[in-house]
Amino acid sequence: MENIGLIAFLIPASPLLAFFIILLFTRHSKLASDIVAMVAILFTWVLAGILLYLALTTPHLGEEPLTAGLVWLPLGDAVTDSLRMGVLVDPLGAVMLFFVPLTATMIFIYSTGYMASGSYWTEVTGEGDHDAVDTAGRKLKKFDATAWKARFMAFIALFAGAMLILSLADNLLLLFVGWEIMGLCSYLLIGFWHNRVYANQPKRITPMLAGIKAFMTTRVGDMPMLVGIAWLYSFTGTLNFREILYNPEVLEGLNVLAFPNVPALAGVTVAGAIGILLFMGAIGKSAQFPLHTWLPDAMEGPTPVSAMIHAATMVSAGVYMIIRMFPLMSAGWDGHALTLPMQVMASVGAFTALFAATIAVAQCDVKKVLAYSTISQLGYMVAAVGIGAYVAAAFHLMTHAIFKALLFMGSGSIIHAVEHGEEHAHHHGHHFPIDFDAQDMFNMGGLWKRIPVTAWTFLIGGLALSGFPFVTAGFWSKDEILADAFAHNPTVFWVLAAAAFLTAFYTMRQIGLTFAGEPRTHAAEEATQTDWRMNLPLVVLAFFAVFAGYVGVHEGFPVLGKLLGGNFFHHFVGSTLLKEPEALAFSWAPVLLSIGIALSGLLIGWLVYVRRPLQAEDEDPLKKVLGPIYTLLENKYYFDELYDLIFVRPSKWVSEQIVYLLLDKQIIDGFLHFVARFFEWLAFRNKDFDTYVVNGLGDSVAEGIGKTSDSFKYVQSGRIQQYMAIAIAGVLMLVGVFVWALFLR
Amino acid sequence: MIPLHWYLLVAAGMFALGVYGVLARRNMVAIIMSIELMLNAVNINLVAFWRYMAPENLNGQAFAIFVFTVAAAEAAVGLALIISIYRARETVVAKEIDMLKW
Repeated sequence: MENIGLIAFLIPASPLLAFFIILLFTRHSKLASDIVAMVAILFTWVLAGILLYLALTTPHLGEEPLTAGLVWLPLGDAVTDSLRMGVLVDPLGAVMLFFVPLTATMIFIYSTGYMASGSYWTEVTGEGDHDAVDTAGRKLKKFDATAWKARFMAFIALFAGAMLILSLADNLLLLFVGWEIMGLCSYLLIGFWHNRVYANQPKRITPMLAGIKAFMTTRVGDMPMLVGIAWLYSFTGTLNFREILYNPEVLEGLNVLAFPNVPALAGVTVAGAIGILLFMGAIGKSAQFPLHTWLPDAMEGPTPVSAMIHAATMVSAGVYMIIRMFPLMSAGWDGHALTLPMQVMASVGAFTALFAATIAVAQCDVKKVLAYSTISQLGYMVAAVGIGAYVAAAFHLMTHAIFKALLFMGSGSIIHAVEHGEEHAHHHGHHFPIDFDAQDMFNMGGLWKRIPVTAWTFLIGGLALSGFPFVTAGFWSKDEILADAFAHNPTVFWVLAAAAFLTAFYTMRQIGLTFAGEPRTHAAEEATQTDWRMNLPLVVLAFFAVFAGYVGVHEGFPVLGKLLGGNFFHHFVGSTLLKEPEALAFSWAPVLLSIGIALSGLLIGWLVYVRRPLQAEDEDPLKKVLGPIYTLLENKYYFDELYDLIFVRPSKWVSEQIVYLLLDKQIIDGFLHFVARFFEWLAFRNKDFDTYVVNGLGDSVAEGIGKTSDSFKYVQSGRIQQYMAIAIAGVLMLVGVFVWALFLR
Repeated sequence: MIPLHWYLLVAAGMFALGVYGVLARRNMVAIIMSIELMLNAVNINLVAFWRYMAPENLNGQAFAIFVFTVAAAEAAVGLALIISIYRARETVVAKEIDMLKW
């Protein structure tokens, strides 16, 4: 089994190597970079498959996971204190090992196609030639969106490597390393088209600003997380998952009061406090309320990035981390009263699930809908971890990653198709305003016949997201969460159920607006999408979006439960924990409720948006129904404006007025100028000192030496007998001293 | 047997003569001869000390032979130099050969 270490280390190493190869050698060739990245990710996929096979064929994987490691940072006592770098493949890790390389590979294939065409506006400053001028008076020029494709492939390769590091890490520190590399990649990739501007919309967030926003917002969560990691290390002396989480003694030891002397925090245990700190990291990474605002703006990145980072992998990392740390979060949980971190997770998760779902209802941008839907679904998983539905959270994590990657790539395919349609229509003499938005669903419609592969796969993904019963993966995983909530926590159940209803509705709305009816613009009319590199991943992921759910069907489910081998997923993943969680007894009530909710949401969406599709220039029918609430939702409850007001502007004001103008300009510059002036004055006053004392001293030393040598030169007479006499005199003198010292004294 | 200090007195006298000759003679050939005197005074000392103090080993004689050798070489080089200086400047008076100075 010693090969496991090698295989596991090679899995993240291969994309990381591709990153360096592309940046160092092949960055000038798009084709070569594509090949390097594809070879690397396929190699990784094969290795991950081998490792997954080994993991699945290992009996009792939960008790004896596949591990390997080496000392990374020797500290203190080399055996016990050193930070080790290692890999861990336990059942939960095996789940990650299944869907991360799968989605990553599909997204790599997709990226080679997606990044091969397109263009966008950039602003021209100065005297350069330009193609258009917008209403804000900016000179604009079309820029080739494919120009930096090699760099794009390098970044996503780095990203994939980091995600695999995170998935395979056997300790929290290595996990955090992967976590932060992904944060960096997220910044680089969201702001990938950093010179893009939006014509006629000077206020709209640009990719560059969105990248900064994402980076800063997640940083808010990462700081407490780092504190939590440090606290955990100082308390237990280790960060290894197995040593902490599979060890009753350590967990028991963590279950002590953290602040016995602070009355306000009397009931908080160390495990609880660390759990909350770690969860803050997940709030940032998985875009939970109140740090959710970065994720919708992260849609400024190219669509494969949205699929990869902001749906399938990176945002899953936060949820993965809290699932991984579940034993810590639930230390002291007796199955009834939730621990503090669990309460927080349940409330934040459930609230986010509903909150984001309401916003998604009123979005026009095809990707923004999916972004809010992602936030909402992550809220589901967080709430599931919060109520102790460990396996259900992991299950939904897996299925969601697959179908949301599918949906995002589908949306990218739609956008591409409409952009191509715009180009074709342009050639046929139709003119478009310079601010034509290929992502606005109201510019689409009737795409069903134009891009059938995208349409069918998008429908499958959308149904999986809505939880369409029996035939989609999303149904089984969402149902498991809902069943757990129904049994343990009715409040969470009803909140999640409401979110599920909205999810089904906005999904149908999205499908209706994009695909149903007649094209509302010439761009939609001539939309085409035939690139196999973009269609193949959709088909593959659609397959999994249907069938991945069958591994986790409840044993008690009529017919299917027995047929599919008795909830393999539950027993497999459950064995990650010390004590496998009890499977709930099967109950019809939540199943029927969730089927009813999903179907009614889909039905209402169908009635409004598909049965009577919108015509060109029609308004969203929701506007009439919801009135001012629609505006509120469309503007995302004005959270961006609120944060702008309370965080961004004050910090800008402080940096401008206090730091720049007062501190930098007045105090620091003032001090420096004062010092400079003082010395200038001093120097002027001391000119005479310099001329007479310093120069005089220097000159007189030189002259003195010259004069002395001049007077001594006569000793050198050239007459050897004189030299000899002096030498003998010297010898006699020495002899005299010697004799005096030895005998006469 | 002649006591040791007689030899030492002879040697001291010879050495003093040599020193006088080196410092006082004008002719460079005479200066070299005076140097030879001093060397031979040293030789007398060496051999006398050997004979009276440690006759069982040959250190003293060996030293004396070294001194002869060096003296012979020195005389050869010195005389060659003097001849060559005489050819160039037609003088062997030490006082007049004083170009090597500031």
